[in-house]
Amino acid sequence: MDFSFSPEQDQLRAQARSFLEKRYPVARLAEIATSEDGWDRASWPELARLGWTGASIPEAQGGAGLSFVEEAIVFEELGRALYSGPYFSTVALALPALACAPDLLARVASGALTATLASAAANGSVAAVAARRAGDRWLLRGETDLVPDAGWVDAFVVQARGSDGIGLYLAERHDARPQVNVLDTVDATRRLGRVTFADDDARLLAAPPAAAKIIAATRRRALAALALEAVGIASQALALGVEHAKSREQFGRPIGAYQAVSHKLADTYVETELGRSLAYWAAWCIAEDDGQAELAASAAKTYAAEAAVAACERAIQVHGGMGFTWDHPLHRYYKRALWIESFDRSGAAHRAEIAHVLLDG
Amino acid sequence: MDLRDGPEEAAFRATLRTWLEANVPSGLRGFRGWTGPALALGREWSKRLAQAGYAGLTWPKEYGGAGRPWRYQAVYLEELARAEAPQHLGVIGLGMAGPTIIAHGRPDQKTRYLAKILSAEDIWCQGFSEPGSGSDLASVRTRVELVGDRFVVNGQKVWSSYAHVADRCILLGRSTTASEKHEGLTYLIVDMKSPGVEVRPLRQITGEAEFNEIFFTDVAVPKENLLGEVGGGWRVAMTTLSHERGTFGFALAGALDVAVRRLVALARERAGTDALVRDRVAREWIDLQALRYTNYRALARLEHTGVPGPEGSVAKLRWSEANQRLTKLAIEIIGQEAQVADGDGAPAYWRYQQLRSRGNTIEAGTSEILRNIIAERVLGLPRSR
Repeated sequence: MDFSFSPEQDQLRAQARSFLEKRYPVARLAEIATSEDGWDRASWPELARLGWTGASIPEAQGGAGLSFVEEAIVFEELGRALYSGPYFSTVALALPALACAPDLLARVASGALTATLASAAANGSVAAVAARRAGDRWLLRGETDLVPDAGWVDAFVVQARGSDGIGLYLAERHDARPQVNVLDTVDATRRLGRVTFADDDARLLAAPPAAAKIIAATRRRALAALALEAVGIASQALALGVEHAKSREQFGRPIGAYQAVSHKLADTYVETELGRSLAYWAAWCIAEDDGQAELAASAAKTYAAEAAVAACERAIQVHGGMGFTWDHPLHRYYKRALWIESFDRSGAAHRAEIAHVLLDG
Repeated sequence: MDLRDGPEEAAFRATLRTWLEANVPSGLRGFRGWTGPALALGREWSKRLAQAGYAGLTWPKEYGGAGRPWRYQAVYLEELARAEAPQHLGVIGLGMAGPTIIAHGRPDQKTRYLAKILSAEDIWCQGFSEPGSGSDLASVRTRVELVGDRFVVNGQKVWSSYAHVADRCILLGRSTTASEKHEGLTYLIVDMKSPGVEVRPLRQITGEAEFNEIFFTDVAVPKENLLGEVGGGWRVAMTTLSHERGTFGFALAGALDVAVRRLVALARERAGTDALVRDRVAREWIDLQALRYTNYRALARLEHTGVPGPEGSVAKLRWSEANQRLTKLAIEIIGQEAQVADGDGAPAYWRYQQLRSRGNTIEAGTSEILRNIIAERVLGLPRSR
């Protein structure tokens, strides 16, 4: 029993934090979020060079051969920095399906391939894309909505229905096909898109029976990754709130001396730490393929997302009128926290799943 | 990072589990507090734990402990919770007085007191809080005066668990009336059988009495019972309070684990299809896991650095609030039946637990003080007054 990170893992965290603080300081958030793409494309080769895109990819495919625990560290730090590139999409949403093909893994590790998951099912509905065999190729037809980072990835992992059930396919983007419409997303640092397939070429990654397992594993990874991002966001919102409470003076004292203010921040600290514990637990369960992985990921995501939203709301309140302005960076963290909370299912739906395990077994 | 037991921890856990199955007296199974008939069994049970080597797991071997790393104490507390068995009756001695004597005591004091704490021959209580000194401990007014070769103690202590069965008391008093309040404090070991010591049980909101008032009237305490220096009591008291936090979180999570298990059973039986109840049960289960894994993080920090981190305050704060919510949910599920005090079934159990839980956010550091500690010591916010 040792629930702590190794010295190498601590080093990875320190490296990630210092890189991100230098490249993406709070002061640059607005500039990046309002840029055309909403992210800094030059960052991707750097992330690959740092070994982050291939952290859990086997060494044979150019990765570091590490585990989800290392990726978890990166997710948390990227959340803290509100990084806006397609790391979540590529490493959490697409990677489990890409692992069916070693050549694709090698491209992810080297930074040559970014991808996301185009799945109507990600938000609970059934797959609205149909897959049809045409000789040795597959053709996809249909539409998926609310696809994260759809506008700038190189490929889509598509959850599509074929004649024998739902399979996973890879559609690489060439010549503006499949067609993508980027939606005006509240969180401008992680924009959603609509992807329309009109008999677009695809490669089969996993046929129906195997695909179901990959889809379940993808969901666990996505939930845990978002829990970790949420923890990073909550930590940053707390840090901003504390900094303000120490420096802003009213009635002759820093406002952090008033318990009405300081106790709110103490509650944020407590919830952030509890969320962090759940998120690390989920990360370990996924890395070890533990039987509790699904429950842990579900619990961690719902708890940490709520904690991050509350952390941002309290930080906005502590900042007073300034926290309510467009110019202050807090709203950007808040919007990401809300994005995370909305992903997959509501907190109540997650708790209903947990209650089912506890009460109906 | 590894959340599994290592081979030695697994063996320790398995042996303890078997031992508990065979040794917990029937009168202490389903333990809910040291009240009523349970109390009479407490000393015997504690002696049995000590004989089996489960007292002082983390104490150094030279003082009769097992010298084991902290994680064994965590396993011990988890297994006690799993078996719904009580801890050793002498938790104040084992967790607070003993470690303080190990840190500040003279060799003769160590010889005299430590072995009897382990064996449960001596049960200890704590004389810190006073009617006028709750959260502001340094304002205690109980007088400790050196008269010839002994101290004379006069004053009143309150909220003292176990005082009605205790043999000895760790007492924090004031030996000068100087304006500097921390410097005037003196820390004594008081024999509870001394003339002039009077214990009055405090009947609490549940109707039971777990806490006591202790009145000291011209109580003579031999000079050799001084721990630390005259006027140096604050530093000694801080040692006592820091030990309160060591693996305390595991005891709390253990208690909450029992409560959540019983809540789940209750909900299955009486409210299995109510969506609102299901949602709240799931929330309590998630909170329990959050507390459990926060404890594991705290344990790792304690083992790697030797110093307890701020997670102790987090655990106490959240446990107390969770226990209040959860017990309230239980009596809501039961309905009006929980208003009847008779019997020993689920309604009576939850009625007691719900009322008892109101003390959780007050005892061992109020939630307000814990939030201040987090705000000031962890977040570095300015002191509030």
